[in-house]
Amino acid sequence: MALQLATEKWSGEISEVIIGATKDEGGSRKSVVRIGGENTLPFLFNEGKIPNPVCVAFEVWDTAPSDWPECLWRAFGKSLNDSLSWAKKCVEEYKAKILCVRLQSAHPDFADTPPEACAKFIAGLLNAVDVPLVIIGCGDDAKDNLVLPAVSEAAKGERCLIGSAVQDNYKTLVAALSADGHNIIAESPIDINIAKQLNILISDTGFALSRIVINPTIGALGYGLEYAYSIMERARLAALSGDKTVASPFICFVGQEAWKAKEAKSEDERQGIIWEMLSAAALIQAGAGLLVMRHPVAVEKVNKYIERLFQR
Amino acid sequence: MLIIGELINGMFQDIARAIKDKDKSVIQKRALEQVDAGADALDVNCGPASAKPGSDIRWLIEAIREVTDKPLCLDSSKPQVIESGLEVLRGKAIINSTTADPEKLDILVPLAKKYNALLIGLTISTKGIPQNKDQRLELAAEILAFCSQADFPVEDLYIDPIVLPVNVAQAQMQGILEAIREFKVISTPSPKTIVGLSNVSQGTKSRGLLNRTFLTMALAYGLDAAILDPLDKDLMDSLITAELILNKNIYCDSYLDAYRRK
Repeated sequence: MALQLATEKWSGEISEVIIGATKDEGGSRKSVVRIGGENTLPFLFNEGKIPNPVCVAFEVWDTAPSDWPECLWRAFGKSLNDSLSWAKKCVEEYKAKILCVRLQSAHPDFADTPPEACAKFIAGLLNAVDVPLVIIGCGDDAKDNLVLPAVSEAAKGERCLIGSAVQDNYKTLVAALSADGHNIIAESPIDINIAKQLNILISDTGFALSRIVINPTIGALGYGLEYAYSIMERARLAALSGDKTVASPFICFVGQEAWKAKEAKSEDERQGIIWEMLSAAALIQAGAGLLVMRHPVAVEKVNKYIERLFQR
Repeated sequence: MLIIGELINGMFQDIARAIKDKDKSVIQKRALEQVDAGADALDVNCGPASAKPGSDIRWLIEAIREVTDKPLCLDSSKPQVIESGLEVLRGKAIINSTTADPEKLDILVPLAKKYNALLIGLTISTKGIPQNKDQRLELAAEILAFCSQADFPVEDLYIDPIVLPVNVAQAQMQGILEAIREFKVISTPSPKTIVGLSNVSQGTKSRGLLNRTFLTMALAYGLDAAILDPLDKDLMDSLITAELILNKNIYCDSYLDAYRRK
């Protein structure tokens, strides 16, 4: 007798978020990136549809990342000192399909770059590369409330993914992104209850739930990875059971967390790459839709892993 | 849980009048109010005053279908009225209800199969209303045995322990709750469980409080469905909160609001 697999039929579906807009759609990107849209758990191809493979974004900063470990500096060379050539290198040499740019220089503790300069930088970046953009503020709420609306306007029509909205600071960002047609990152501190509440708060303003991407906040391997995994799994099970308020794709900042680990800063530079890869691999299994990563070799390996998993 | 709105019932004077005058707007308004308040399905009952329940139920179904596709729960003690409704119903039906009597099961189980409907089975028979938990379980077992012999999927069967008014049968309440849990263990796969909630408070002076307290307790005993008044906001709030405590939904500060968006 043939083996009969038990399959689950889910009632819910993760929303599909499109990042980037082509010329036909009012933007200037050569292609777009779609994440989400699945109605089953990761890689259960027999149970439902999983229309979009997991995607990896290269992380790029608007300033030289002075605190990045040497291993990363060696990989990129001097290009890390010049954001536009760094971004171009990711796209041209490493074939990035999407970039995640962090406006770190705007932070009052860094260069305190004014909003207009940040907007100009984004406009320049949009000219320099033709892939979709994820744009992250500097992490200082007060400054981000000035910078991100300016950046949003500069990228109007490009359908970027911009963040992050947090429970105590989301209204300014939501209003700006709503007007300029972007998607939003809703960030919660490894807390499923807050993730759900924030999605409700954002959608209460009239912003479509289907334009939200959840940043659940993750920990790297050895630093809370399993906790992040269980939060993502729980949200995903609820979403597939019909809870629309948590049915958003996940973005995971893998590079940022993995390269913080002391193990990643080992003299043997393979160790950092492996740390980033393994953290990414686990999060892919947890249901991540978009991974933000740093080391080109780690990205290459993870992309191969994704490709193989999606061969079905 | 499956929430079946109870308000389209000829027992209510405005509904009886609307049926008599063939005034669709009253029925459609009541249907939409219940759906907006969270009903997953709507009970449809022509009431005792209807002279021609077979045609009245069709008229009700057609009026409701103009405004919602939600499953309809065809409520009559007469199998021919239910069949008349099934013939015109587009979409999912719930048959409300069979008893444990073979003459009812003989007609309604094949009808439920034919129309791919869910079936409510009351633990009651011509011998009367059960007086304790064991009698309820015995009647449930009879319904289950009939259904499995007839190849009717047990997962589509909703067993009703028959909720009695608390001022009539106070001593039976505990047994009714326990029956809800024990119905689940008499067969694998388990049948579902359902109650006609408002009966618990019939003839009392604290209807809302009794309804929501009983529902909360029944949910803790594993209740799957209830026929209730979804416009009772306190009742719905209790239901949502009970399900939250049972870990059916993820908590957030606006959990009541979140549930209502589903």
